[in-house]
Amino acid sequence: MKHRRSVGEHAFDWANTLVLALLGLLAVYPFLYVLSISLSTAAEAQSHSLHLYPRRVSWNAYRIVFESPDILRSLWNSIVRTALGTVITVLATCVAAYPLARKELPHRSLILFLILLTMIFSGGIVPGYLLVRSLGMINTIWALVIPGALSAFNVIVVKNFFQQIPESLLEAARVEGAGEWRILFRFFIPLSKPVLATIALWTAVSHWNQWFDAMLYITDDRKQVLQNMLQRIVIENSTRLIDMGKNTHDVASYTPETVKAATVVITVLPMLILYPFVQRYFAKGIMIGGVKE
Amino acid sequence: MIAQYRRHRDLCSMIVPVLAFFLIFCYGPMVGLMLAFKEYSLSRGMFHSPWVGFANFTRLFGSPDFPLAVRNTVVISALRLVFGFFAPIILALLLNECRVTWFRRGIQTLTYLPYFFSWVVLGGIFLMILGGDGPLNSLIQSLGHSPISFLSNPVWFIVVLIVTGVWQGLGYAAVIYLAALAGIDGNLYEAASLDGASRWNLVRSITMPSLSPTVVVLLILSLGNVLNAGFDQIYNMYNPVVYSVSDIVDTYVLRRMIDMDFGLATAAGLFKSVVSLLLVVAANSIARRATHGEQGVW
Repeated sequence: MKHRRSVGEHAFDWANTLVLALLGLLAVYPFLYVLSISLSTAAEAQSHSLHLYPRRVSWNAYRIVFESPDILRSLWNSIVRTALGTVITVLATCVAAYPLARKELPHRSLILFLILLTMIFSGGIVPGYLLVRSLGMINTIWALVIPGALSAFNVIVVKNFFQQIPESLLEAARVEGAGEWRILFRFFIPLSKPVLATIALWTAVSHWNQWFDAMLYITDDRKQVLQNMLQRIVIENSTRLIDMGKNTHDVASYTPETVKAATVVITVLPMLILYPFVQRYFAKGIMIGGVKE
Repeated sequence: MIAQYRRHRDLCSMIVPVLAFFLIFCYGPMVGLMLAFKEYSLSRGMFHSPWVGFANFTRLFGSPDFPLAVRNTVVISALRLVFGFFAPIILALLLNECRVTWFRRGIQTLTYLPYFFSWVVLGGIFLMILGGDGPLNSLIQSLGHSPISFLSNPVWFIVVLIVTGVWQGLGYAAVIYLAALAGIDGNLYEAASLDGASRWNLVRSITMPSLSPTVVVLLILSLGNVLNAGFDQIYNMYNPVVYSVSDIVDTYVLRRMIDMDFGLATAAGLFKSVVSLLLVVAANSIARRATHGEQGVW
């Protein structure tokens, strides 16, 4: 659409660009700040400035973090939790969505109703906690990956996608004598890669970021995840987890602040690496989520 | 009947574990809501603890803490709605008017970023930025003002909650509106500008009206969420000094739970779930009535 622009419109375009640039800067400033602090020397971290970038790069804070066995272990626990949780959720969601996408399923609408109802009403945290405890899941990874494995939302999204797969394909598979499980794994799952990638990324992001369940269900420090370690270091101001100043390092080269910042950066980094993919699929996902039943 | 199951044996073998999952992990806790009417005793367990009728609720509303938590929750949610609801709509409109594709994409990517981080991370960063020796206070001091205790002054703390909350969700919510804008037929704009409509006219009579279904749906969802005042954010940013304004229903439930007062915590949680459910249903029916049955979440 081309049309001649008036003076007023020119002014608007400039103002608009300026406002948007400012918003973009505001969105990333906190991350620039924390990155800059994490790479600063002790003296610079304590200086009064906006800390947009470090004047002299120092990796000492990261060295301290990577020497803490507690943090490394929690990093590993987070990776395991995210990987296992994502695999379980994607597989379980497919297995749940497939029969629901098929009109022949006995009591289909009743089952759908039961699943949808969980979207608007839940038992809340105390009964949930008591359930997980009575199942003996406390201090196991299962407490983090099983209770939330299936969500009504994911199931409905994938079910809607499965329903768009042409009926003729089903018929063809059946003529070849394929059973339902085979049809699901050989035809439906490969054909649904985009929607499954979206669900997988959603799940991975939320597992990586989740801390509340780990706070309730994991009491053993050796099994704790990174978010909760970070919470203790940064928010509860606990430095017990980091053996600071244990001889090897020059005391002037870091402060609790730079070490906290480095831990934040390490927590954020995996999400930043995933971000380009996440962004591509998330926009799609939001739209898929908007599709009504 | 049995023949029907036999014919679809494979489908049934898939749905049975799924049903079992929902029954155990979603409906199981609903059974556990009975604790709201019991006095939980650790030795006797949930099923054998004595029934106490509405005693937990009487205790809940009799204490000063819970009514305060409900009030704080509603106030914080209302402030979020007033100051935060329209911000992403404005951002979406501004992005939509931006003609330089790479710049628009870039800004969208940046503003979207904070949505992907937990409040443990964001809270940690903001505690550093807003603290006494943080960069914001050094900026304020260099301008010749005295430092502000953003995190311990109750009024400033609420401002911080609202501003950082809008900051985090802005780009994400804008994407939802941009998706709605992407669906507008380009011919509409062309036809209108041939008729001599100015750019502002186009925005007012084509762009904005096409957002209204999305606005209605999101408004309904946020009304249903009035009792969710942002637990993750508040828990990771508050401290006892600002409890008086920032202790919300969820933080109250958690603290009662940590005290092992399971009956009271469950009662508070049940109150929240029931009120939220009623709000969602009410908001949906209002939206349906207002638009003559065309709009609503369901």
